[in-house]
Amino acid sequence: MSRPVIDVRDLRTHLVTGWGTVKAVDGVSFTVAEGETLGLVGESGSGKSMTCLSLLRLVPRPAARILGGQILLDGEDLLAKSEAEMRKIRGRRIGMILQDPMSSLNPVFSIGMQVREPVALYHGLRGGALAARAAELLAAVRIPSPAERLRAFPHQLSGGMRQRVVGAMAIAAPPRLLIADEPTTSLDLTIQAQYLGLLEELQDRHRLALVFVTHNLGIVARICDRVAVMYAGRIVEMGPVRRLFTRPTHPYTRALLESIPRLGSRAARLTAIEGQPPDLARLAAGCAFAPRCPSVMERCRVEAPPETMVEAGHVTRCWLEGGPEVGAPRGGTPA
Amino acid sequence: MLAEPGALALPEVAAAADPASRGRRLPVFSLGIIGLFMLVAVLAPILSPADPFEQSLRNRFKPPVWEEGGSWKFPLGTDRLGRDMLSRIIWGSRVSLAAGVLTVLLASAFGAAVGLAAGYYGGRVDAALMRMTDATMSFPVILLALILAVTVGPSFTNVVVAIAVILWARYARVIRGQVLTLMQLDFVAQARIAGAGAWRIITRHLLPNTLGTLLVLVTLQIGYVIIVEASLSFLGAGIPPPTPAWGSMIAEGRDVVTRAWWVSLFPGLAILLVVLAFNLLGDWLRDTFDPKLRQL
Repeated sequence: MSRPVIDVRDLRTHLVTGWGTVKAVDGVSFTVAEGETLGLVGESGSGKSMTCLSLLRLVPRPAARILGGQILLDGEDLLAKSEAEMRKIRGRRIGMILQDPMSSLNPVFSIGMQVREPVALYHGLRGGALAARAAELLAAVRIPSPAERLRAFPHQLSGGMRQRVVGAMAIAAPPRLLIADEPTTSLDLTIQAQYLGLLEELQDRHRLALVFVTHNLGIVARICDRVAVMYAGRIVEMGPVRRLFTRPTHPYTRALLESIPRLGSRAARLTAIEGQPPDLARLAAGCAFAPRCPSVMERCRVEAPPETMVEAGHVTRCWLEGGPEVGAPRGGTPA
Repeated sequence: MLAEPGALALPEVAAAADPASRGRRLPVFSLGIIGLFMLVAVLAPILSPADPFEQSLRNRFKPPVWEEGGSWKFPLGTDRLGRDMLSRIIWGSRVSLAAGVLTVLLASAFGAAVGLAAGYYGGRVDAALMRMTDATMSFPVILLALILAVTVGPSFTNVVVAIAVILWARYARVIRGQVLTLMQLDFVAQARIAGAGAWRIITRHLLPNTLGTLLVLVTLQIGYVIIVEASLSFLGAGIPPPTPAWGSMIAEGRDVVTRAWWVSLFPGLAILLVVLAFNLLGDWLRDTFDPKLRQL
């Protein structure tokens, strides 16, 4: 594999709050290559969004701080850049699509003005060339009669259409890396499917590295090449989608997979994960999942498991894999 | 308001939610009055029948034309120095409207800038700017204007400055509140993601979204400023004589109000009409553009 577009190494982003320091991102490492899609899954508050914002160095100040690690974009460390340099990287080299299409466009400007803005900014286009490029972008995200839509205002478009416009603005550069933070969560199911198709198409055309944040495992199965499961600010398991879905090693991944309904399955009940996600400001020593883990061992409560390679490209953070206790009793059979 | 009046409350909710019902009838009355006074102010030299400064002691306290002893020469009568009331009211509209508009423009520009900065930067900047705002709001406008008038001497500029120096705080507060809400919306985050800096976000994304509120506030406050200016002129701390100002004209008629009521009444009516018109227009704008701002 060639050099990855983005190479995140041991990223740490902490939030200082009135309740203590929250390790929102606590030693996260991953890479995404050109044309590859990495799914980032986990519960709310597991650090997915904070990881993405860290890549753009847009964590909410002054509470959040990126304390350490490296973010290499095509080999350049973003954490060493000045704020002015970062502004030139945002949008141009890293794009991001947010979750809520209802508020992600400025209500007082027409679609045209908003789509033209990044184009003018990144490519210095003016006049007719600018208008043509804006229409081209809308056409690229499959918006019907783009020239007319340019004159429309956000409130005149549906949620799906608006999210397409946001997509058009995100690929205006086009960037090397596109981060999609639950872009389809608030869309109808049919529109969701279309939008995912569109993202794949844009990715193919521009060879984008894509980070797709979601808690919908169905979407992960559909569009991702690899998936990283986050829990309490860490990636607890990461590997190729097919392998992770058929042979999960981490109890949390297994629990996530068991909590989705399956057609044709005879199981009467879905398995819910017991307990609550941990309070990140009061993490005890040891594995963060230990209090909820069905196969918890003495060691898990004392010592956090290191990253262990299950096989090439598949890593996990669990004492069940690797460590001296290989072959320790398992809580249940893998799905 | 939960169970019983539901049938009554529902159409109201529906009306508020339906954008089509917002395009209500234009406030013809207030627009008409404001338009009329604007026109009068601009065309004062043409419209006024006499020189507003010309004194004529023979014609002191002439009553309006429809009273006994009145004549068409002085349709609204004359004052203590025999000056034509109608002409003075016409010229006085310039002072009132200019003071109102200028003051509010100054105050809103400064206040909006403070509010935008406080809301955008937050943290210590916000704390410092808002304490400054609170301090300003605790200071009475009239008192400041009186101090200025006594120390520097009364003038049109001083009136405008004195009122604007206090009035901006209102704008700062309201705009800051709006900016805090706007900052939570994804389009601001999306702008940052696209590489926009502070200036671009403030001017392209925050300011345009507060213009509706600014317009409402500006309109509502023009009336207020006209009243404050008139009060100051009435107290002798405003526009110095002999410039015709409605407030000082009321003051001039104060002692003779039983004999020559017209000297005070007509400028008072002029103030009433203009202020009422601006307030009605402001209410209409608020209900149309920004129904959330009911408390203003």
